[in-house]
Amino acid sequence: MISSQIQIASYLFASILFILSLGGLSSQESAKKGVLYGIIGMIIAIVSTVLGEGVHGHIYIIVAIAIASLIGVAVARKVEMTAMPQLVAILHSFVGLAAVLVGFGSYLDPHTQELTGTLKNIHYVEIFIGVFIGAITFTGSVIAWGKLEGRIRSKPLIYPGRHLVNIVLVLFCIVLCVLFISAPGTTGMVFLIVMTVISCFIGIMLVMAIGGADMPVVVSMLNSYSGWAAAAAGFMLGNDLLIVTGALVGSSGAILSIIMCEAMNRSFWSVIFGGFGDAPKGEAMQVTGEVTATDHEAVAELLKEAKKVVVVPGYGMAVAKAQYPIFEMVERLQKNGTAVHFGIHPVAGRLPGHMNVLLAEANVPYDIVLEMEEVNEDMDETDVVLVVGANDIVNPGAENDPNSPIYGMPVIQVWNAGKVIVMKRSMATGYAGVQNPLFFKDNTDMLYGDAKDSVLKINGHLS
Amino acid sequence: MIVGVPKELVAGERRVGATPKTVKRLVKQGFDVLIESNAGVEANYSNDDFESVGATIVPSAKELYSRAQIILKVQAFEEEEIEYLQKGQVTLSYLNPGQNEALLQKLASKGVNAIAMDAIPRISRAQKMDVLSSMANIAGYRSVIEAANHYGRFLNGQITAAGKVDPAKVLVIGAGVAGLAAIGAAKSLGAIVRAFDTRMEVAEQIESMGASFLTVDIEEDGATDSGYSKVMSKEFIEAEMALFKEQAKEVDIIITTAQIPGRKAPELILDYHVAAMKSGSVIVDLAASTGGNCTLTKDGEIYTTENGVTIIGKLDQLPSQASQLYGNNLCHLLDDMGKAEGFNIDMEDDVVKRAMVTFDGKVNWPPEPLPVSPQKPKVESKEAVPEAVGKKEKSIWSSLINLGIIGAGLYMLALVAPPEFMGHFTVFVLSVFVGWQVIWNVSHSLHTPLMAVTNAISGIIIIGGLLQTKDNLSDPMTILASIAILVATINIVGGFLVTHRMLKMFRK
Repeated sequence: MISSQIQIASYLFASILFILSLGGLSSQESAKKGVLYGIIGMIIAIVSTVLGEGVHGHIYIIVAIAIASLIGVAVARKVEMTAMPQLVAILHSFVGLAAVLVGFGSYLDPHTQELTGTLKNIHYVEIFIGVFIGAITFTGSVIAWGKLEGRIRSKPLIYPGRHLVNIVLVLFCIVLCVLFISAPGTTGMVFLIVMTVISCFIGIMLVMAIGGADMPVVVSMLNSYSGWAAAAAGFMLGNDLLIVTGALVGSSGAILSIIMCEAMNRSFWSVIFGGFGDAPKGEAMQVTGEVTATDHEAVAELLKEAKKVVVVPGYGMAVAKAQYPIFEMVERLQKNGTAVHFGIHPVAGRLPGHMNVLLAEANVPYDIVLEMEEVNEDMDETDVVLVVGANDIVNPGAENDPNSPIYGMPVIQVWNAGKVIVMKRSMATGYAGVQNPLFFKDNTDMLYGDAKDSVLKINGHLS
Repeated sequence: MIVGVPKELVAGERRVGATPKTVKRLVKQGFDVLIESNAGVEANYSNDDFESVGATIVPSAKELYSRAQIILKVQAFEEEEIEYLQKGQVTLSYLNPGQNEALLQKLASKGVNAIAMDAIPRISRAQKMDVLSSMANIAGYRSVIEAANHYGRFLNGQITAAGKVDPAKVLVIGAGVAGLAAIGAAKSLGAIVRAFDTRMEVAEQIESMGASFLTVDIEEDGATDSGYSKVMSKEFIEAEMALFKEQAKEVDIIITTAQIPGRKAPELILDYHVAAMKSGSVIVDLAASTGGNCTLTKDGEIYTTENGVTIIGKLDQLPSQASQLYGNNLCHLLDDMGKAEGFNIDMEDDVVKRAMVTFDGKVNWPPEPLPVSPQKPKVESKEAVPEAVGKKEKSIWSSLINLGIIGAGLYMLALVAPPEFMGHFTVFVLSVFVGWQVIWNVSHSLHTPLMAVTNAISGIIIIGGLLQTKDNLSDPMTILASIAILVATINIVGGFLVTHRMLKMFRK
């Protein structure tokens, strides 16, 4: 047993550690220390809670934690880096689920029943909001997981009048909230359950309406929701540590969503409310010119003569698992005296920063992995750009064709380089379904085939 | 298909239509290549060099012309060569079609399909074949080297034990390809470079090369659709002359590059300009062969005036380098025309129909005009300015209004909420602000670990479960709480471990 003052002090200490943990991620060097802070903070938080007053059923707590730890370790060890987005999504759903459960638990808590007046009303509203956000996070994340895993079609499911349906459902939930507050004893349970079902449905429809290319935004958004759900649980329980942590996570997810939206030149609302932007205002610009194909030997020759090479990876690289042979190629080129950099577009891949993790997995040193602005600055002096499994993020139409659906999205200006080699399986369009004028440029050559095979063949010619 | 490369006959022409490197490319394109014996000697390419990359050496021009279907040459054809040409042969060379009507007639009557490399239109698709650009680049570079050679001083500024040396001042007139190349070369030798051009659109290019853009106080843009400048008004020219007079007193080296295709070069540096220059100064006139930008230039000569100004009217061609670039231009054109296998003359093609000055027995000159100059978004920038100002004022007001709304909202909340709630709410709002500040600092490359770690710490919701567990398992609260603890712990453990795993992979 520890006194409540000590518990508050521990919570405060844990909050500080969590803030330092997130702050540590500002650079690769301090990031590992940050994770350590986070772990210590979490242990302090859990231990001080369990030792505090009013905690019962220690045996169940220990059993649940033990089982879950084993599962957690197994999952974290096994997961492949290409499957990170799925893992992150499913973990969000857990937070959502826990928030729902805590909300129900709080309603059933005998202490809750003793409350009266404004305190009771506020507490019921807190429960209601906590469960609402938790349920949306839960089902939304499950659907996002399904889409990322490929179990659910990634095409947006859009039906007419869906905004109206969603608004009506939310209004209905507000009505349920009023009924819930005024219900005596635990008879309000039925309203809570109906609302949970409705918000589960809203969560499903919200993510179903969002297309594959917008997945990074959705995952960050759900990240944010899971934080708000934890914060709502904090209000429910009157626990400041939960509020602080939830707010930190919530704003983190919100910032990531904003960064992703900016990188795609989409308004946050248009992504959340589904569909890929508005219909283009007119005919897309007619693409003129010829597509020229090249072969592996020619690419290898080109790379040998180049002084400065930039590799622009996209989701196609992750799918083909081409990051390993690519790094081998980079090492060979570096031995040859060539300066090689990677240019990463903020929305490349299915998760913010996904490409960086995949490249790190393949041992690529992070100081040669640059951001979009950094590579764009030097693009004029770059001799060869290798585009590996990327499409929309290198589309010049985003800059010069006002009718293109992706017009205004910042892109990596690969066409300013001396020569562009695009590795692609076929001439199919990217997620945005937009034709890419880059392929028709004079200084662009296409290298068809699986990215991994292609790179391996190029490596063969490089040695 | 057989490609033939004869030796150049014009005196002083040291370039050649192919180099071993370009021969290699031609062979790869599927052509058989014939080289006239010693064709590349002046450009430092021996017969052996050519043979080693798969070319066949032919002893005489006559034999070469009789066997090859495509002729790659630098200079226009001399009488002797026209004799050898055959009907249906395709030739690639300089022809100067604007001033060589008689030659075009002769070629047409022989049935030769002659491509004038100097008539390749200046559109972006044809840049890789544009010999005027590639040769102008060389001339620009060489003009600076030549000037430095005759200048007799350092170009860069130095501070030495023996005293301070001022950097040389170079004025480049005309910022086309040659002008820009000259700016680049002079700049990298350390000189202070200024450049003048009548086309306003090149100001940015000049400045990007590190030179300062000189201009006169008269608003007139010399840009035309052809990419070359037009003739300017009388007032403009007067102002320009005054500017040059000022500059002539100051600068040490003047490089002029102004040329108008098919016409005499404009006279820009007059005798009084030269007279104003310091003794030891140098003028390099890249337009010497078309009359000269300087009235005192003597084509093909280097001499010093009475007041000690060296005027250079002839430049070394850098034949080896020039042949390489010229040869590349030719290769690109042949590549575009279908390589050896699919070689065809497509008179619908924008490039071929303009450069093919004789086709099927007829003279095909002059070609229809083709606009290339980039459009300037002039109007836009003017409109944008007042709007931005308006926005700024508005944004102050709108942020004041927003703050007011937030303040009022908080006040309303305080009216209904109990003090306990307000305490939590304070913590919540401040935490959002802290999170907001902290997260913006997170490096883009660590966004995935960030999501994983926030996943882990949002598992803090486990506390909710911990507080709700009861001693009795049959209590529904215990079941709900246990499940909450279970999933939250998976989050915590899984999230931290996977973050750790990811961060371990990042290395320098």
